[in-house]
Amino acid sequence: MSFESRLHADAGLAAKTCSCGRHSSQAVHSAAHASQEQRLDRMIEAAVVRAILPDDRTRRALFAKLGAATALAAISQFFPLRGATEVFAQTAPPEKQDLKVGFIPITCATPIIMAHPMGFYAKHKLNVEVVKTAGWAVIRDKTLNGEYDAAHMLSPMPIAMTLGVGSTAIPYTMPAVENINGQAITLAIKHKEKTDPKGWKGFKFAVPFDYSMHNYLLRYFLAEHGLDPDRDVQIRAIPPPEMVANLRADNIDGFLAPDPVNQRAVYDGVAFIHTLSKEIWDRHPCCAFAASKEFITANPNTYAALLKSIIEATAFAARPENRKQIAEAIAPANYLNQPVTVVEQVLTGRFADGLGNVKNVPDRIDFDPFPWESFAVWIMTQMKRWGQIKGEVNYASIAKEVFLATDTTKLMLEAGLKPPSTTSKTFVVMGKEFDPTQPEAYIASFAIKRAS
Amino acid sequence: MHAPLGLRAALISLLLCIGLLCVWQVGTARVGATVKLDPDYARLMGITVTQGKSAMPGPADVGAKIWQHLKDPFYDRGTNDKGIGIQLLYSIARVLTGYLLAIAAAVPIGFVIGMSPLMARALNPFIQVLKPISPLAWMPLALYTIKDSSLSAIFVIFICSVWPMLLNTAFGVASVRREWLNVAKTLEMSPARTALRVILPAAAPTILTGMRISIGIAWLVIVAAEMLVGGTGIGYFVWNEWNNLSITNVIVAILCIGFVGMLLDQLMAGLLRLVTYAD
Repeated sequence: MSFESRLHADAGLAAKTCSCGRHSSQAVHSAAHASQEQRLDRMIEAAVVRAILPDDRTRRALFAKLGAATALAAISQFFPLRGATEVFAQTAPPEKQDLKVGFIPITCATPIIMAHPMGFYAKHKLNVEVVKTAGWAVIRDKTLNGEYDAAHMLSPMPIAMTLGVGSTAIPYTMPAVENINGQAITLAIKHKEKTDPKGWKGFKFAVPFDYSMHNYLLRYFLAEHGLDPDRDVQIRAIPPPEMVANLRADNIDGFLAPDPVNQRAVYDGVAFIHTLSKEIWDRHPCCAFAASKEFITANPNTYAALLKSIIEATAFAARPENRKQIAEAIAPANYLNQPVTVVEQVLTGRFADGLGNVKNVPDRIDFDPFPWESFAVWIMTQMKRWGQIKGEVNYASIAKEVFLATDTTKLMLEAGLKPPSTTSKTFVVMGKEFDPTQPEAYIASFAIKRAS
Repeated sequence: MHAPLGLRAALISLLLCIGLLCVWQVGTARVGATVKLDPDYARLMGITVTQGKSAMPGPADVGAKIWQHLKDPFYDRGTNDKGIGIQLLYSIARVLTGYLLAIAAAVPIGFVIGMSPLMARALNPFIQVLKPISPLAWMPLALYTIKDSSLSAIFVIFICSVWPMLLNTAFGVASVRREWLNVAKTLEMSPARTALRVILPAAAPTILTGMRISIGIAWLVIVAAEMLVGGTGIGYFVWNEWNNLSITNVIVAILCIGFVGMLLDQLMAGLLRLVTYAD
């Protein structure tokens, strides 16, 4: 469904015959609109309108009463639609140069962090302060209250925030994925004999946050091995920095955590790496670069410059030959505050597994900014599977609204990268294919689930 | 022949300190068994594994670290890496702001409660419910409503340090001797003059005691609050070093927190001595 259809009072939420549902085909629709409407950039206009009138019913009522053209004219009185439609204009200087971006000290945030010492922000004339933050709830609240302009988040968080699960509903966007892979299931060294997950009944696991890929991947992994993640084991949310301390104190048996936590636990001799997350779902997304809809509509040029810096940093990080240099840049106290060798083992993929072996997995962590909409759909299926959301979910439209694949495509092209030609793809999680067009059937296919 | 009491106490303190350091040294010096490791693998591991060293630093390690921090307490290597002196100053500034606000609120309200039994009864339920709430429980609410993490920390200091002052002021005011008030009445002093010239000096030691308790609480609270919201301050320093599992730095921070807390307490004790009178 296209953005413009939302401007019409009677638009349904599912595409019928054309994108607005009033014409017999898309061609007739286009012809009708090209002639009767001014040629504004509808996509951005619609985003602005939705930001100003986030409630669907109010928006539709207003447009029904006034007609689209009048309503838009009224809105442009107090909001410079013209400015917003020039979002990605090359020449425009950023509206706001001094920015604050929050991050959690984990290697997932590599592009956000390294863009600071390695000058990717400065290149786009931005003066970004990257601020280390204590936990996911705090980073969420500081972004919601405007202390941070943008932040490093877990990719399910913007979806949860937009849906209003676990916080008030605020339209949130995720224009770039930070990293793919790069997590692991790590167990306390005393369990080194118990390599078969079937023997993990009664274990206490930690994940960084309820709305995290870690939570969904661990639950998926356990359920595939016949363990019910709610009944057979205990899963609790512990901020990454506290995980190793808890493991050492025997409070937990293991965790599915972001790096460098896993490698740090190995480095300190308290744990071994059982499964890399790439073995569960190769090239799965993990963390994200996120900003509120309000920020990106109010500061379109800043947003474009910021996103471009992140995408370029991500592209730089994706090249294996740069990884050593990045590890040295982000390990100091100002950023990750970890021994360089720990960060290097994570980024280069040549690491000690805690059992005496040196392994070589170059794509243990990788970087790819593209926010596939099908990733969002998968995340929502897991939210529903485990009872975090209930009832009807409009998978495709929420995915489109939150994961800004279109913006990323445009900026990737400008940065000289090759974006994919579609925004959705199928992928395989533990040998099982996921079809983003059939989310409900996917949920129904699992034996262990909370959703009825 | 006896040395003066102070000297003997100092001697015992010194012996205790040496004793503790010795126990600490012995406890951490033990080197555990190490397994023969492949050198390639060993290069990727930490010293607890390769050398069997205890994860707990010894007194010498901590001493060296303290020296390192003392040599350069005010360095600034970016947003997330500032010297321990700067962090302490941030914390002290936050504590004092919240604390002064608490004084501004607690002393007048305490006066009202102390002078009016009616208000004392009317406000009592609120005070009793609000008093025992942990600072960390206030934090999410403060962050959500105030929408600024620094102000939230100050608010939490305020709300936690206001109660001892309030109750002590009320108690001090209420227990001013009847005779003194009667004398004031006989001399036909105005209520304002009575409050300032009779009640305030009479209740001052109790009020100051409340303030002394409060500054201790405020200093306790700031570390917890800063660990939660991060950014700057000694609480953030502890959190950041915990993140790095650097127990040495955490111990250094603990010592600093204790030292500054003691200074603040001694400051209030000095003020208290100034207003104390012999009955």
